[in-house]
Amino acid sequence: MSRTLHGVAAALAVLLASSTAAFAQDPSGKLVVVTSFPKDLTSAFQQAFQKAYPKVTLEVLNRNTNAGVKYLQETASNNGTDLFWASAPDAFEVLKGANLLQAYKPKVEGIPEKVGAYPINDPEGMYAGFAASGYGIMWNSRYMKANELPAPKEWSDLAKPVYYDHVAISAPSRSGTTHLTIETILQGEGWEKGWRTNKEIAGNYRTITERSFGVPDGVNSGSFGIGIVIDFFALSSQASGFPVEFVYPTVTTIVPANIGIVKNAPNKAAAETFVDFILSPQGQEVLLQPAIRRLPVNPATYAKAPADYPNPFKDTSLGSQVNFDVEVSQARYNVVDALFDQLITFQLDGLKAATRAIHQADAALAKKPNDKGKALLAEARDLVAVMPVTAQEAADPQLAGAFTVERKSATDAVPERQAQVEQKWAAFAKDNYAAARKKAEEALALAR
Amino acid sequence: MTSLALTRESIARVRPGPAVAAVLIALFLLLFLVVPVVQVIFVAFQDKTTGAFTLINFADFFRNDLFMRSFWNSFYVSAMSVVVASALALPLAYLTTRFEFRGAVLIQSLGIIPLIMPPFIGAVAMQLLFGRNGTVNLLLRDHFGISIPFMEGLNGVIFVQSIHYFPFILINLSASLKNIDRAMEESAQNLGCHGFRLFRRIVFPLAMPGYVAGASLVFIKVFDDLGTPLLLNVNDMLAPQAYLRISSIGIADPMGYVISVVLIVCSLLALWVSALAMKGKDYATVQRGGGGLARRRMKPLELVAAYAVVLLILVLVLAPHIGLTLLSFATIWSFSPFPDAFTMKHYGTVFLESGQYITNTLLYASLAALLDVVIGTAIAYLVLRSKLPGRQWLDYIAMAALAVPGVVLGIGYLRSFYDVPMPFTGQPLSGFWLILVFALAIRRLPYALRACTAALQQVSNSLEEAAENLGATKLRTISRVVVPLMSGGILAGFVTSFATAAVELSATIMLVHSQSDAPLAYGLYVYMQSAAGRGPGAALGVFAVVIVGLGTYLSHVIIERGRRERGQDH
Repeated sequence: MSRTLHGVAAALAVLLASSTAAFAQDPSGKLVVVTSFPKDLTSAFQQAFQKAYPKVTLEVLNRNTNAGVKYLQETASNNGTDLFWASAPDAFEVLKGANLLQAYKPKVEGIPEKVGAYPINDPEGMYAGFAASGYGIMWNSRYMKANELPAPKEWSDLAKPVYYDHVAISAPSRSGTTHLTIETILQGEGWEKGWRTNKEIAGNYRTITERSFGVPDGVNSGSFGIGIVIDFFALSSQASGFPVEFVYPTVTTIVPANIGIVKNAPNKAAAETFVDFILSPQGQEVLLQPAIRRLPVNPATYAKAPADYPNPFKDTSLGSQVNFDVEVSQARYNVVDALFDQLITFQLDGLKAATRAIHQADAALAKKPNDKGKALLAEARDLVAVMPVTAQEAADPQLAGAFTVERKSATDAVPERQAQVEQKWAAFAKDNYAAARKKAEEALALAR
Repeated sequence: MTSLALTRESIARVRPGPAVAAVLIALFLLLFLVVPVVQVIFVAFQDKTTGAFTLINFADFFRNDLFMRSFWNSFYVSAMSVVVASALALPLAYLTTRFEFRGAVLIQSLGIIPLIMPPFIGAVAMQLLFGRNGTVNLLLRDHFGISIPFMEGLNGVIFVQSIHYFPFILINLSASLKNIDRAMEESAQNLGCHGFRLFRRIVFPLAMPGYVAGASLVFIKVFDDLGTPLLLNVNDMLAPQAYLRISSIGIADPMGYVISVVLIVCSLLALWVSALAMKGKDYATVQRGGGGLARRRMKPLELVAAYAVVLLILVLVLAPHIGLTLLSFATIWSFSPFPDAFTMKHYGTVFLESGQYITNTLLYASLAALLDVVIGTAIAYLVLRSKLPGRQWLDYIAMAALAVPGVVLGIGYLRSFYDVPMPFTGQPLSGFWLILVFALAIRRLPYALRACTAALQQVSNSLEEAAENLGATKLRTISRVVVPLMSGGILAGFVTSFATAAVELSATIMLVHSQSDAPLAYGLYVYMQSAAGRGPGAALGVFAVVIVGLGTYLSHVIIERGRRERGQDH
């Protein structure tokens, strides 16, 4: 019902807009957009845009972010795509690094420089933020009730024994959005402590999905109870009627979803019009539709939002705890992904076994304290938390070199091959988790 | 069989016809399979720093615990899937071909439907029914306080894969059973062989080509399959490892391609082993008078038992579709045995939005399947009947397509055809929809090829010799004698290729260049990426299943009628 109303409202807004747009030179022709966004979002914008600019035929190609980047890279020699439209700023960084984008400064006024602590637009103008999103925790209330679980509030809550085997996340190497969540925790708590938190939460994972959408999907259907997700997945699931709840923890980053014009775009004029359109008031309003539910970057739009709509420009606690450093993130991007995969994703069974043993020993020691047991338990926890590389090493271009795509020249020496490095890390994690489990079991024996 | 025009013409025009056909097929395979794949996998043999040839990456593969674990997991899952799939397929195939069974055609068609489970939603439906918090386990827990881990880890993969792929065994085995000469059975009976002994010693061995064809397909397919393990979040298997490597940003190391090479080699090995198992045995039967086994009536008690078995299997293998249907009518289905309420809304949405997807799919899948049976029949004939040197390689190369992950083929096509402009329009060739048809045809060629080969193995050479002795030309012999005798197998190949091409996603997703050219699987993918799209996605999935299922059923009816008219049956 409310969807139809919104539709009517959007249509009216568009009608008004088209009368003003008529003064400008009307763009026309085919406009090809490669996007990772769901149909709910793209078709809403498509309808609104085509009403405002009937001469432009919008072609939307849906690909996940990684496949979209690959597609642009593979087709660059004879490019047929005008716009790339996706969430993860990192994907745009990759395209920018490969020189596949072209700069454009949107004509729309009134968009602030930052949302939370994150800059909305690329400083070089290669891509522009059009909607903000934050990361948080989503859960299925029926599942929580059936399993008698309390609602979590902070990331650290997820490490509690009560959530063992109930939490899910998508792999950061597969989902740019999850990568940012992990990186946010690392930057917010520091490298060592951040990884400790990440691994303690990981000990409670039920599964690690390959697609970002796999997490909200599983929470919606009740396959698992709790998911670490980007806000719009939870908000739009809620709006579709699923019995799910969502919370932003204090340590979160509000990150813009972006759009960028592809280098040598066949229809540059229409591409620029589209960018301006989605940043304009009528374009931004589309974001408020229940099936979309993203945070507009144009603060004026919040006036039209429902009462409980999160507003990062007003609610200063939202996303400003961490001063997200893009450069730090960029320098260790692949290393963080590979570390997560090798230490967590592919060692999940060992990590879970160790975590289970630690939880049991902890519970037993709480009932029957024992100093030696406590010491053993602390050792076990440290064994789980310890990292094979330090923050400095992770940012070292030498190490990063093992993961990068291109050699700059044939003389560039890469000290180790990626597969070698990974095997080393995997063995490190496997041995440590086994040792941690043993120590925790000893501690448990002492508390009996 | 106008579909054979190409091969026939080429055979007719030049005297050494088989050679020309072989060259044409080789060219096709080279252009649309070998070149694109080599474009991608040569990375596996490249030193990352110097770009020189190296085998160090393969050493890394064998030194890596994760890859070795993945390797054994893949092997275990494939072998177990063959076992479970056989357990599902054998009773269905045997009961429906061996006995007077009401609705045998319907049962066989229903048995094929699992193959057309579209990606994404199949696993979603199975999770909703059999998952840890699915219908079955929620009910069990409420009433008995227990739960069964159907879908946990590798179990889940084996469960879903055997249900998904058992039709390969069913189709090929049924085709084989139908082709067994009744005289063989009658002679055995005259000699005093009955019951299970008759089945074990005479019927099953004679149907061996079909069974081995089906079982090897299941093994290879499960070994290479990507979608199911990924959707069940089982990542420590080979195909997901390759895919995760290849499709991640920033991780462009050679290991993904190394795994692809390992997959290809393993599939070829499996084929070689199955060929070895069949070697030195002659399965051809000469007489075609009494096609198919004698069907006998069952005693009432037997009939009840048989129906019970068939029903049980059907319910099990159709579970994903039952779940899908429920989902397509559901408002909200979350942590409950059944949906909260039902609605028709999703069908309305799909009806308005997705007509183009359906027509595109029908066009692409039928063209691809047609191409597959033409090439499949030709290769089978060349391999089994001609004496061309190196003819086995056509078979091996075509079958290797089975082992090429769809993503690799997709990227290979982009690399090979993107810079080639199309005549007249100047657009990139890779954007032309026919390229998508070729990709689908290559991906599904192995199914058709195995079916055609099995069919031809059962046609005795002496029938051809007889025809030629009576003055028929080679061409006439093939078109009037060989192909009609193979028709069951060719149809089986067409149906498998068509049904699976209709729901193929992984290569498609790389090659779709415009929405108006997109097939159904792409539409499903797009729907299933959002919470609100789940219902419409399921509805579109139901459309897909119904359309392809109807097609399958119709072709069965047609072929059965054709047989009856030729007096081969009854």
